[in-house]
Amino acid sequence: MTDIAALQSDILAQISAAADEAALEAARVGTLGKKGSVSALLATMGKLTPEERKTQGPLFNGLRDTVTEAIAARKSQLGDAELDARLAGETLDVTLPARSENSGTIHPISQVLDEVVAIFAELGFGVAEGPDVEFDDYNFTKLNIPPDHPARQMQDTFYVAPQADGSSHVLRTHTSPVQVRTMLNTKPPIRIISPGRTYRVDSDATHSPMFHQVEALVVDKGIHLGHLKWTVEQFCKAFFEIDQIELRARPSFFPFTEPSLEWDMRCDRSVPGKITFGTGNDWLELGGSGMVHRKVLENCGIDAGQYSGFAFGFGLDRMAMLKYGMPDIRSFFESDLRWLKHYGFQPLDIPTLDGGLSR
Amino acid sequence: MKFTLSWLKEHLDTEASAAEIGDRLTSIGLEVESITDPGAGLKDFIVGEVITAEKHPNADKLRLCTVSDGKDTLQIVCGAPNARAGIKVVLARPGTVIPATGDALKIGKIRDVESRGMMCSARELLLGEDHNGIIELKANAKPGATVVSALVEAGLLSSDPLFDVSITPNRGDAASVFGIARDLAASGLGKLKTEKVQPVAGKFPSPKTITLDFTPENKDACPIFAGRLIRGVKNGPAPQWVQDRLKSVGMKSISALVDATNLIAQDRGRPLHVFDADKLSGNLHARMAQDHEQVLALDEKTYVLDSETIVIADDSFARGIAGIMGGMDTGSFEDTKNVFLESAWFDPARIARAGRKQAIISDARYRFERGVDPQFVLPGLELCTQLILEWCGGEASDVVIAGALPPPHKPIAFDPALVESFGGIQVPRDEIKRILEALGFVVDSNWLVVPPSWRHDVDGPADLVEEVVRIYGLTDVPSVPLARGNAVAAPVLSKSQRRTRAARRGLAARGFNECVTFSFIARDQAKLFGGGDDARQLSNPIASDLDALRPSILPSLLAAAARNAARGFANLQLFEIGAAFESGMPEAQKTVAAAIRTGHAERHWQKGGEGAELFAVKADLLAALEAITGAPMSAPITQGAPAWYHPGRSGTIAMGPKVIAQFGELHPKVLATFDLKVPAAGFEIFLDAIPDAKSKGKAKPLFAPSPFQAIERDFAFVVDAKLAAGEIVKAVKQADRALIDTVSVFDVYEGKGVPDGKKSVAVAVRIQPKDATLTETEIEALAQKIVAGAVKLGATLRS
Repeated sequence: MTDIAALQSDILAQISAAADEAALEAARVGTLGKKGSVSALLATMGKLTPEERKTQGPLFNGLRDTVTEAIAARKSQLGDAELDARLAGETLDVTLPARSENSGTIHPISQVLDEVVAIFAELGFGVAEGPDVEFDDYNFTKLNIPPDHPARQMQDTFYVAPQADGSSHVLRTHTSPVQVRTMLNTKPPIRIISPGRTYRVDSDATHSPMFHQVEALVVDKGIHLGHLKWTVEQFCKAFFEIDQIELRARPSFFPFTEPSLEWDMRCDRSVPGKITFGTGNDWLELGGSGMVHRKVLENCGIDAGQYSGFAFGFGLDRMAMLKYGMPDIRSFFESDLRWLKHYGFQPLDIPTLDGGLSR
Repeated sequence: MKFTLSWLKEHLDTEASAAEIGDRLTSIGLEVESITDPGAGLKDFIVGEVITAEKHPNADKLRLCTVSDGKDTLQIVCGAPNARAGIKVVLARPGTVIPATGDALKIGKIRDVESRGMMCSARELLLGEDHNGIIELKANAKPGATVVSALVEAGLLSSDPLFDVSITPNRGDAASVFGIARDLAASGLGKLKTEKVQPVAGKFPSPKTITLDFTPENKDACPIFAGRLIRGVKNGPAPQWVQDRLKSVGMKSISALVDATNLIAQDRGRPLHVFDADKLSGNLHARMAQDHEQVLALDEKTYVLDSETIVIADDSFARGIAGIMGGMDTGSFEDTKNVFLESAWFDPARIARAGRKQAIISDARYRFERGVDPQFVLPGLELCTQLILEWCGGEASDVVIAGALPPPHKPIAFDPALVESFGGIQVPRDEIKRILEALGFVVDSNWLVVPPSWRHDVDGPADLVEEVVRIYGLTDVPSVPLARGNAVAAPVLSKSQRRTRAARRGLAARGFNECVTFSFIARDQAKLFGGGDDARQLSNPIASDLDALRPSILPSLLAAAARNAARGFANLQLFEIGAAFESGMPEAQKTVAAAIRTGHAERHWQKGGEGAELFAVKADLLAALEAITGAPMSAPITQGAPAWYHPGRSGTIAMGPKVIAQFGELHPKVLATFDLKVPAAGFEIFLDAIPDAKSKGKAKPLFAPSPFQAIERDFAFVVDAKLAAGEIVKAVKQADRALIDTVSVFDVYEGKGVPDGKKSVAVAVRIQPKDATLTETEIEALAQKIVAGAVKLGATLRS
């Protein structure tokens, strides 16, 4: 008995003293190996009497199991220590910079357009597009702006040089020619918005020779001024994402609408460089609108006796400037990286009505 | 259009305040740009009374005053020589903002004596140039009262608010104080004062006659021309009230004769012209100018006219550009004794055209091109005659008239129900009628409506609805929801719009910053990108370097990159989605998504990394295409792209004849033109050229992964150095399209161990059995086939 106990304590001491895998292996061979001490003890089992075997057998097997476990435990201990030592050597300075990745941005014009599209899609408006270079006929004549109409002076037009076939065209001064194209090609009911680049010979602090418009057009039976008012109000409320918005419609004049009205929004500009909407004594111009002129409907092949419609147009750049507090339209087109990053939007911030148009 | 409240009240009997009138004007379509209240900035100033004025103990030229503000007495140091006891002054107390400086007044110490206010000069209040002393108000001014009325009393301030109203081009009739009063009266804000103009009886027949010398096709250029001679006038300054009135709206007073016409133009919207009759040779004629005929106009410039311009001529020469500007040689001046007064009606379109062509901006043109009231040709003439006789003396001849008034406007059959069905508002029939009549329309019992002679913008029922709604009140139109088509709104974007959006968000997600740049660029730059031809030039560019429609977006982005690089930001990823132009025809434009990378690899402690090089933008391009189409790009990539790319480091992706995209490093010569000193690479995706994927319904194909182990085999081929790796990949794939899943090039080597002019290309082939695990023999057979395919390209298996 004492022999086995002494042997076991000897072996366990040897195992725990093993400093590395090799020493542990030596200890294993010296005990559980073919010629090991534990194996030798187990070999004597055959020579024992049945009675002796009953008492000694469990002791022998117990010794073998204890040693086996001890070796496995020590092996795992040694492995952990070795891994710890290796990992310690692999330490990196986490304050070093990772490779930088540029943060991409969406231009405010694009973002605001997506916002506008989201709102109008909800109201059942499609998105119509047309070319930047337009027929004089579509940009002016079909819209009831004859060549000598004083309204042509309201819009200083860029002209493109004469073409090979002798024709000459304009850079569209508004996106209304897209309405013309839509009416020429579609039977009512029509509900579209037409966003896009527009051009006028104008450049100063508040004007850029290129800017963006979005126009809306509805043509259907029984459309009246009340529908126009409702649509503009709903749109503005949704777009500016503020509850206390106050709009004012005032009569105006455009050759392509009759009646014509312009829209202003109540604001406070008493603090220099800051605009607050919904309060104050100032009015900010949003854009023009009106019932589509009978002549325009007729010019576009729509029976004005049967159908009526309304249209309105706002400046996209202007909407972006107002909503997001950008002071200068010219900087929209300068591509200054600092501006793009400052005013740009994150790629995955896609405006939706369920999630909100903006953060 | 400017007028003062008192001027308006000449025509409108009203008790309304300036603010009420302003709001009403805007609400009926006469948009108020501003109302200037002359006393607005002086509300905080009060009347003070100087109680004592002694010499300042420490200064000879200063006075130490005590001033009463009605309640308390303030100690004020003042340098004005007229500061003396007993006078009433304009007193500013601490905190009051002084208009001349814009600063609030503070309690100060002047030569050790505290001063608790200021007595103001005219200049300090911006009421004049006088700074020699402080303002002395009338003795009856009440200390403590606000100073505005006392200043008006003293004749230093006008009490008259000034309105500036912007007139839309259709409302020529509102370019007159009377016209504005008429609109306000119709809206219920007062009563219009109408007084018939009494004709002046002629004392003698006019020695000058008028003829209309037009060919039949130009007959409508000037249907009526009236005039009369007034002899023995004495020109000089107009009466003071006239000068003041003109000045109050920013017009210059010139002489009694000219002021008379200007006053009537502003007041009644009727332009007139006064000739010096002694300088006219013979009689007057209205006619079309001859081509190249010249006129020296009142602005002392000589205008060369053409046959589309109407002129007023005498027997010898054209003496004025009709409806736009009179002539210098026959104008009225100080010594003018006999005048011929002209009142006519000209065709608005011709005036607009001529005015635009000659680039003359004048009050006459402004009114004539918007259309003046033909019925007022004669009353205007009479009114002006009265003023001239009154101010300058003399006697008037009979009136001579050539032509006749144009016929009245055609009646419009109006259904008053349209006000509700089209205007969206219920207005009682009586009120509709009242509004139209107040505006001068004649309404008969059958709702046949004749527009007044001064309105040229009303020719249909919708115009009448507008008149009623704007006067009745647009704010009262109730908002009515549009009918909702679908309970859940249906998607609205077209495929190409969704593609554009995917390209935009996809590129931004890869780290590109979106730009929006002008569609026009410099012609020289356009030429580098296949454009710059005559057909893509603008006839009237805003600047000489923005004169060409861009053939590509890349030059816009390169210019942006150069500007940013100049500011110290050279490592850039920029993109834009927009139009590039193939000619100057409508629809000859394509939607392009273009992007560039510029600069060198980032300086990083781990070394390595990529700069603006070919394979960086190739990866960007393929990612963008995948975002756009929703699937990896399978179209072949071929070597080479247009001339603005590096000839050896650029490629093209095409589907059949349609080029979908081109990419590569940009040509160094191009970069030099943009003064870009760092490398740049980029790509252009032609969004319209990408074919629509065939719609296979919404369900995706069934997921059916192979249960069998895939195996990978590597092959290294020695091939001609010029052979494209893509060819090898293609050949390898063709060995068995069903079994071979992917083929990827993982090594390219030239140098030691490989013969000159050759390269080694190593590919990893992933084989994916579908029906059963492949046997060694089958694998060997496939390998043989792969090698055989490569050998056809001249490859040998590298041992």
